[in-house]
Amino acid sequence: MHPAPSVIVFTTLSGLGFGLLFFLGLGMPAVTGLNAFIFFAIAYILAVGGLMASTFHLGHPERALKAFSQWRSSWLSREGWAAVSALLVMAAFGAGAVFLDARFSLLGFLGAALSLAVVFTTSMIYAQLKTIPRWNTHMTPVLFLSLSLAGGALLAGQITYALILLPLAGLVQVLWWMQGDKALSQSGTDIATATGLGEGGTVRAFEPPHTGTNYLLREFVHVVGRKHAAKLRVIAFTLGYALPVILLLLPFSHALAGVAVLSHITGIATSRWLFFAEAEHVVGLYYGKRVA
Amino acid sequence: MTTLPKTTNKKLGLVIDLDTCVGCHACVISCKGWNTENYGAPLSDQDPYGAESTGTFLNRVHSYEVQPLATSTMPHPAAQLIHFPKSCLHCEDAPCVTVCPTGASYKREEDGIVLVNEADCIGCGLCAWACPYGAREMDAQEGVMKKCTLCVDRIYNENLPEIDREPACVRTCPAGARHFGDFADPESHVSRLTAERGGMELMPEQGTKPVNRYLPPRPKDRMDVPQLTDTLAPHLAPVADEPKGFMNWLDKALDRI
Repeated sequence: MHPAPSVIVFTTLSGLGFGLLFFLGLGMPAVTGLNAFIFFAIAYILAVGGLMASTFHLGHPERALKAFSQWRSSWLSREGWAAVSALLVMAAFGAGAVFLDARFSLLGFLGAALSLAVVFTTSMIYAQLKTIPRWNTHMTPVLFLSLSLAGGALLAGQITYALILLPLAGLVQVLWWMQGDKALSQSGTDIATATGLGEGGTVRAFEPPHTGTNYLLREFVHVVGRKHAAKLRVIAFTLGYALPVILLLLPFSHALAGVAVLSHITGIATSRWLFFAEAEHVVGLYYGKRVA
Repeated sequence: MTTLPKTTNKKLGLVIDLDTCVGCHACVISCKGWNTENYGAPLSDQDPYGAESTGTFLNRVHSYEVQPLATSTMPHPAAQLIHFPKSCLHCEDAPCVTVCPTGASYKREEDGIVLVNEADCIGCGLCAWACPYGAREMDAQEGVMKKCTLCVDRIYNENLPEIDREPACVRTCPAGARHFGDFADPESHVSRLTAERGGMELMPEQGTKPVNRYLPPRPKDRMDVPQLTDTLAPHLAPVADEPKGFMNWLDKALDRI
């Protein structure tokens, strides 16, 4: 899959932002006044900034409101509803904490649940796609949720939780990679079922439809990155999970915590880039690009 | 509504005969010709006269080589070349429809045709991700999703002579390799062809229940000829395909690690 920068920025940042909102909703930390303002501002910049970035890849962003209409069948539409409700509820909760020094806990719990719902619906947009066997697994929502919770704990300064959730998310990440590497060959879809010609012998793509490239090849048959997948996985794992844990175990300082956050974001962005760059869409089979 | 109809009154679709298709691409051209000036936004081309031209097509013809396994009686079986036109299969369980967040994609209850209402399309591309067949292409000029309409503006068009009321690709095919009809009617031309020739579904394991059927090629060449040595092959090595700019730098930087 083509790793569109707007979608990588969106899923990385908004995942973190909603993770932070989850912890703020639970009152961890139970901030009020200026402190609360800073925490909520960071969470909203990440969550809303990510959502805005996601509209950059649309062909017609001016029609984005129509995307709220099909929540009965579409995970993308459900994501829109979850995001707007989470942001509204948490805005009310945040306003109470910042301006009234009050904590409406019920509102906070609701906002926390909705924030997780956003991350879950985002993950289901990918996990529902049978055409991309690497994504089409229950592990994908688990990966997105564990990442969001770990990043949220890190940003919320919940060091104890972060020290549990980061290694857990790292473990899920490694399992997801291992399972993903076998997914296409286990899916049962190959060039023989794609063309229906397998009974006659070994099928080979002889000529593509056109000499030039096209939308399908650009969008679904991306290859740069796969070449370096192993190295990038090591980079993603080290920066996203291992280094933040080590930094949190050192005596606390704001500078170290800041480095841990930056390292985590860089690592997760790398992992998210791989999420797309390594994903094999079965349409590549028609172009002879998925030699197992 | 992007929920799928439980049943459709008709199941309009195509039978594509892989035995007769000669790979002339006439269906590709007539499809583009009709659909660029009728239903919805035109099918744009980018840099059409330049070195790297691309464009939107609703129907593309691939070519595959099938190499039969060698046996004791046929130690050198001849490979068969098969031309393979591919367009929307108008699936009964169309995954492209249910993922659409705006309701722009829909499957018609009356005849099963899968269409895009371009005025509602936000160009998110998720339907193309959900389609295993590569039947949907985002138009780079209009930013909306384009797909085969089964020439919905021809098949019911009373301004056209009756003989022309079928999809442009079917009407133009000089080999008679494409057939249009109603799969819900067991007596229709397409249903009978499918039954007689073992018409197959593409990627049945994806669970999309495609309506279009492909007729498998009949085995042709039974002669057993040893392969000749290809004297040109060493001179035809693939041209290196190196990334440019930032990606080139990233590629090199990662190589050095």
